[in-house]
Amino acid sequence: MAISITAALALGATACGGTTKEDTEKEGAAAATDGKADPNAAIKKGLTVGFLPKQVNNPYFTSADKGGEKALKELGSNYKEVGPSSGTDTSGQVSYVNTLTQQQVDAMAVSAQDPGALCTALKQAMKNGIKVVTYDSDTKPECRNVFVSQASGDAIGRTQVQLLAEQISYKGEIAVLSAAQTATNQNAWIDVMKDELKDPKYKDIKLVKIAYGDDDAQKSFQQTQGLLQEYPDLKGIISPTTVGIKAAAQYLSGSKYKGKVSLTGLGTPNDMRKYVKNGTVEEFELWDPAKLGELAARTAVALSSGQITGKEGETFKAGGMGEYTIGKDGVIDLGKPTVFDAKNIDQFDF
Amino acid sequence: MPDTKTTPAASWTRLRGAVRWDTTVGALLLTLLICSFSFVDNFGNALNISFLIGNTLPIALIALPMTMLVVSGEVDLSVGSTAGLSGAVMGALWNQGMAIESIIPLCLLLGVVCGLVNGLLVTRLGLPSLAVTIGTMAAYRGIAQIVLGSDSVTDFPTQYLDFGAGRFGDTFIPYAVIPFVILLAIAVVVLHATSIGRSLFAVGASEEAARFTGIRVKRLKLSMFVTTGALSALTGVFWALHYASARYDNALGLELSVIAAVLLGGIDFDGGKGTLGGAIAGVFLLGTLQNAMSLLNVSAQSQIVVTGVLLVVSVLAPRIGREIARSRARRRASAAPPVSPTAVT
Repeated sequence: MAISITAALALGATACGGTTKEDTEKEGAAAATDGKADPNAAIKKGLTVGFLPKQVNNPYFTSADKGGEKALKELGSNYKEVGPSSGTDTSGQVSYVNTLTQQQVDAMAVSAQDPGALCTALKQAMKNGIKVVTYDSDTKPECRNVFVSQASGDAIGRTQVQLLAEQISYKGEIAVLSAAQTATNQNAWIDVMKDELKDPKYKDIKLVKIAYGDDDAQKSFQQTQGLLQEYPDLKGIISPTTVGIKAAAQYLSGSKYKGKVSLTGLGTPNDMRKYVKNGTVEEFELWDPAKLGELAARTAVALSSGQITGKEGETFKAGGMGEYTIGKDGVIDLGKPTVFDAKNIDQFDF
Repeated sequence: MPDTKTTPAASWTRLRGAVRWDTTVGALLLTLLICSFSFVDNFGNALNISFLIGNTLPIALIALPMTMLVVSGEVDLSVGSTAGLSGAVMGALWNQGMAIESIIPLCLLLGVVCGLVNGLLVTRLGLPSLAVTIGTMAAYRGIAQIVLGSDSVTDFPTQYLDFGAGRFGDTFIPYAVIPFVILLAIAVVVLHATSIGRSLFAVGASEEAARFTGIRVKRLKLSMFVTTGALSALTGVFWALHYASARYDNALGLELSVIAAVLLGGIDFDGGKGTLGGAIAGVFLLGTLQNAMSLLNVSAQSQIVVTGVLLVVSVLAPRIGREIARSRARRRASAAPPVSPTAVT
């Protein structure tokens, strides 16, 4: 009885034309930039900038946020870091955005676990006068002022394919071990990889599967194991995530596939040193996360000081890092990634 | 109770009756609020209070039926998973292009079904609710993952997201608190002023005795499980809108927060004792504590430790109090002369 009434109500609502996905897609998105930029404005001191990584105690983010801390100290402002302990705790991230809003920080640098989930909270932050910079992983453009990108997604996606193709002599089956299925940056890179693979020189390479390890060491390890069971002829794996590549290297180095299956992707030198030296991994790449954090911090301060507002074409000087220009959709690119191999890996410590 | 002549001893007993655990929790909550208002920066402004209430609402919502269940001597551990499943189905149907006005009633219906499954397993097969709902907790979460995978749906219509996360103008009152207050009023009346409520207490105190007085125990319990399922599903919908994210792992571990808050609120896990006021005070005590700790930059790990210690204390304190009272009464009974109105210590 109650069931039929509910069902009838539901059908009624549909018939009367309810709100569907299509309707919301029509809603326009206005950029959240206002005011005028003054590139010569003085850099404000004594600001507080909150860093909210995807996950705290993740070595990659620790390194990035330390870069931010260093830059803020240099600029005479204060640094703080908050964040969830799990990389998929989106509701936790929302609460932390709210906490920072509440603490009335001047700006926040956020690496979004999910492009949409933080939007309401970030908009509320901006409404309260807080400048929002995303770094490493973006939200929708209207939910932040500027996105500091680790490198152009295009360069990262293509170079990883190029590195792996060379290692497997342009022949064989390959797979991708990504983080979460929703991760914005991962998906953008994977799209670029697919596009790069269309080039005729890769005609003998076949991308057989994209696996997801959710940036969880155990899950990534098991996914690698699963990939090699499912595709015994697999020649190479690209893992564009620091947690994933480490877990994959760990599995490979202890298995019969060591040295036979190539592995590349994005990793940190400290994580991967062991595997480069024992011959599991030949080359991999990454931007310097400390520089990424530094640029995010400098961007946040430039925004708070009114040097930039986030519009395309504005420029500002990021201390010793040189001058940066804001690109389309309020994106700033850090620059080209660095390739690490047995020869240069000992020169880096992060 | 025919208590017209007020002797000092009787008024003492009455006073002790009034200082129950739930009033103590209420007083603790008040003290904490006053301390936070005075000593925690940015705690007292309207925006923060609205954040506090909004973050606590999912727990408060499920605490309503959970209190009743526990009073009747049962428990439901699948509430967090039911909420997650409800959110996952909401996301999946939204992706299919169905209207949100149809999705929400369907999600509530799904909650009713989840509760029905729990209730039937408990009442018809006579299984302990702890075992049944540990099982369905895993099962519902699994189904949620099958339904939505590791996808996350965030593009719900703005007016609904605003309802989930917004507040009335610049006040501290979130929109979503209105339906909660209505549900709270209904729950208070049902538990403390109707025969259903009295039956729940009776069943919790002694199921056998309740059956002999003509209470239809099984039907009562079944209806409680169904209500719990429906409100869990409602919480799932609210969660997805409040955090703008429908994921299969939404509300993970929510059952523990709810049970912790209900325990803290003085609801006896053996059944038969407790008040909704206590439960809600417990919910907001934990919520306020968490909010204040976040503002004070206490790390998430330390927050868990504080909450845990508080819980152990809250379970121990009433028991220790009861033991002291009992031993004192025994001592008095043996030491005091038979009629002595001044034998008050």
